[in-house]
Amino acid sequence: MRAGVIVFPGSNCDRDLAMALHRASGRPADMVWHKATALPAGLDLVALPGGFSFGDYLRCGAIAARAPIMRAVVDFAAAGGHVLGICNGFQVLIEAGLLPGALMRNAGLTFVCRDVHLRVETAASAFTAGYQAGAVLRVPVAHHDGNYVAGAETLATLRAEDRVAFRYAAPDGTTAPGANPNGAQDDIAGILSTNRRILGMMPHPERRADPALGRPDGATLFASLAQALVAA
Amino acid sequence: MRARVAVTLKAGVLDPQGDAVRHALGTLGFAGITGVRQGKLIEIDLAETDPAAAEAAVRAMCDTLLANPVIETYRVEIV
Repeated sequence: MRAGVIVFPGSNCDRDLAMALHRASGRPADMVWHKATALPAGLDLVALPGGFSFGDYLRCGAIAARAPIMRAVVDFAAAGGHVLGICNGFQVLIEAGLLPGALMRNAGLTFVCRDVHLRVETAASAFTAGYQAGAVLRVPVAHHDGNYVAGAETLATLRAEDRVAFRYAAPDGTTAPGANPNGAQDDIAGILSTNRRILGMMPHPERRADPALGRPDGATLFASLAQALVAA
Repeated sequence: MRARVAVTLKAGVLDPQGDAVRHALGTLGFAGITGVRQGKLIEIDLAETDPAAAEAAVRAMCDTLLANPVIETYRVEIV
């Protein structure tokens, strides 16, 4: 798998993401500056990292979504390429119109930085194929604007098409009000695109991809991608 | 020519910041507040001299960047 990591001014998880991808695929990721107008040839995956691109000015991800490289990312996605957006990367994907809904200020108004539990809702994607549906992961969140909101129609479509990838849950996998760190509708932590090749998620699997940092629950996501995209 | 754009949350979209402001105002003794909605005010200076053309340009800016149509609505005023 050949992966590219897009770097915006204010990205701060780009190195972590590159490390996780390198560890899973055995090859270093290409770091792509936001001012580039084309992606490196032959990429199998474009990954948008967490951080505070452009200082979260206007709306989180709004300025980054209009950066020069994003035209190439949108074209890459339209051609069936795999795209992963984590935290601020998820916000950018939504602002770019690649995923539906919106990410609003956390319901509690505070920045939330702690471990949460996620229930894997579907194994039917290149990102989640290595998990069992229903498995419970422990990974960190670190965000101020992760409160997923969508219209009733969009939510119904996401559910009907099995496009909710992860939900916030209690350690035993049940959904409970206290398990949701930001007030996201329907406890949604991550969603897939219609073609299941774009994943946006607020939690940080790249921060649990190295065994030195605790049980590497996030590493499976990158390993799944490397396995699915190995021949591509 | 200057345009003033007010970006606000659509009716029905929960506004936790507005709610927090409403509670704080209540705590300070301001009574009778039945709701607070928080938004953004953006002022744009334009070289354009025709108000209609200026408004059309600013509306295009709102649709492509300044407002998120999923959750927000906007008003444009040419001043």
